[in-house]
Amino acid sequence: MLSREVVDHVALLARLELSEEEKERYTTQLSNILSYAERLQELDTGDVTPMAHVLPLQNVFRHDVVGEHLPSEDTLANAPDRQGNNFKVPRII
Amino acid sequence: MELCELTANELHRMLTGKDVRAEEICLSVFRRIDKTEDQVKAYLALHPEEALEQARAVDRKIAKGEEISPLAGIPIALKDNLCTKGHRTTCASKILYNFVPPYNATVVDKLNGQDVVIIGKTNMDEFAMGSSTENSAYQQTCNPWNPDCVPGGSSGGSAAAVAAGEAICALGSDTGGSIRQPAAFCGVVGMKPTYGTVSRYGLVAFASSLDQIGPLSKDVTDCALMLNAICGHDPMDSTSVPTELPDYREALVTDIDGFRIGIPAEYFAAGLDDHVRRVIEEAITVLEQRGARVEETTLPHTEYALPTYYIIAPAEASSNLARYDGVRYGYRVEDAKDVLDMFSRSRSRGFGAEVKRRVMLGTYALSAGYYDAYYLEALKVRTLIRRDFERAFEKYDCLISPTTPSTAFRFGEKVDDPVTMYLSDVFTLAVNLAGLPGVSIPAGFVDGMPVGLQFIGKPFSESTLLRAAYTFEQSTTHHLKRPSLTPEVE
Repeated sequence: MLSREVVDHVALLARLELSEEEKERYTTQLSNILSYAERLQELDTGDVTPMAHVLPLQNVFRHDVVGEHLPSEDTLANAPDRQGNNFKVPRII
Repeated sequence: MELCELTANELHRMLTGKDVRAEEICLSVFRRIDKTEDQVKAYLALHPEEALEQARAVDRKIAKGEEISPLAGIPIALKDNLCTKGHRTTCASKILYNFVPPYNATVVDKLNGQDVVIIGKTNMDEFAMGSSTENSAYQQTCNPWNPDCVPGGSSGGSAAAVAAGEAICALGSDTGGSIRQPAAFCGVVGMKPTYGTVSRYGLVAFASSLDQIGPLSKDVTDCALMLNAICGHDPMDSTSVPTELPDYREALVTDIDGFRIGIPAEYFAAGLDDHVRRVIEEAITVLEQRGARVEETTLPHTEYALPTYYIIAPAEASSNLARYDGVRYGYRVEDAKDVLDMFSRSRSRGFGAEVKRRVMLGTYALSAGYYDAYYLEALKVRTLIRRDFERAFEKYDCLISPTTPSTAFRFGEKVDDPVTMYLSDVFTLAVNLAGLPGVSIPAGFVDGMPVGLQFIGKPFSESTLLRAAYTFEQSTTHHLKRPSLTPEVE
């Protein structure tokens, strides 16, 4: 069973502000899902190589040449707030 | 039969024979939408003017005697997680309520290159997380075979649109069954190609090592036509595989004499609805009559696929969805007191319940102290699951199973119980973990609701799957049935 402290910590890591009701619900639901996932521990995986990706592709390089790119105006078109050619955000420090 | 009920292949023949104009086909689809969309609610956005313009351009080509592509003038729907330049792409999430992509997904460019007619953007579970399309922030899509039932998910809008004649074909995306499961629930054909076959550039990422774009269509022939249009290497997706691709139409032959087909015993165990089992058993008999040698086999780690998936997919999602921070696009909360407050409140208000649940789960599985126990362990079990399939494919040309344990369920039935909802993908998600191709085709009905038969193949064996699926389809009539949508009478 997950503790409320762990849920609080994970919410902070995930940059989510959860209501009391959400925290309570997720504490139970995540615990259920995780206890379901715990059956993975039944397997002996000592010698098994983990697989992050199914393809044998590695280090897909391209030539270091300038390609086409989006004009700044298109890139900024969806910005909630901007100043000149920059994305504007609230105070950081 | 109305034009909107025909297949792309049939319509192409009529277009080249000058029996019909692309504009008439397009208008037929929009008439159907006018008639049934209030009930089905498959679309989040329609683009009628551009669609008609695209259709007329095809008519002009035909009038000039130019050769047209097999999908030219065919009305197609796109799942709303595929970027469309100048057209809102929301992923059925509030956080992208106003997002207008500055570029097209590669598959959209490829379809445009074939002169298809794009009808609009279809509803889905938010960020493709779900199995019923109930997680859309905007609307509930109904199953055209029974409006009290879900269409499946997450590509529920695409599947429902094709089944209802509101599009001739559609694109969806499949991370754990999100094309095949709704295809099964809505009685259409849905294929998830081998990982790396279709470029993911411009597909809004959910779980990048599992996501793959694929077609939904009324029959196997259209599935092959759509695959021809969307497959191929793309330098913009580093996981897209540079490989020679066949013309998938060549796979459309009714010959499976001597085919070796395995039935994984684990896919017929507890949890499978008895009526669905009977439909699949009849399907097996059909395949045997066509000369296939069908025998039972085993995928011993099947029971671990679901827990493996529900660690890996949320882990990747929590990382992919970190980009929604209210800085460059999407929803931003007003009056934030600082940047952290802006991140947290924008995300909390922008994401729905299932997305937050999976982001929390994935963040937990990747966090210090739990990484080895959950995420790393899941990656190891993923290797074991892949080996099960490799072993089976030493002996068999393909595997078959029911696509889902039951037919479409009712609204609200599973939405509050994540694990039960996740179980509706139990027969599809191992295919994503192993990166294999899988296709679901109509296999029959239980109480008027469609049942899907799934074919699973080795990597890059789409042609084999199409051939087996086509042979089955041509021996049966299930794919010819259409739902009878009638406007509700008060």
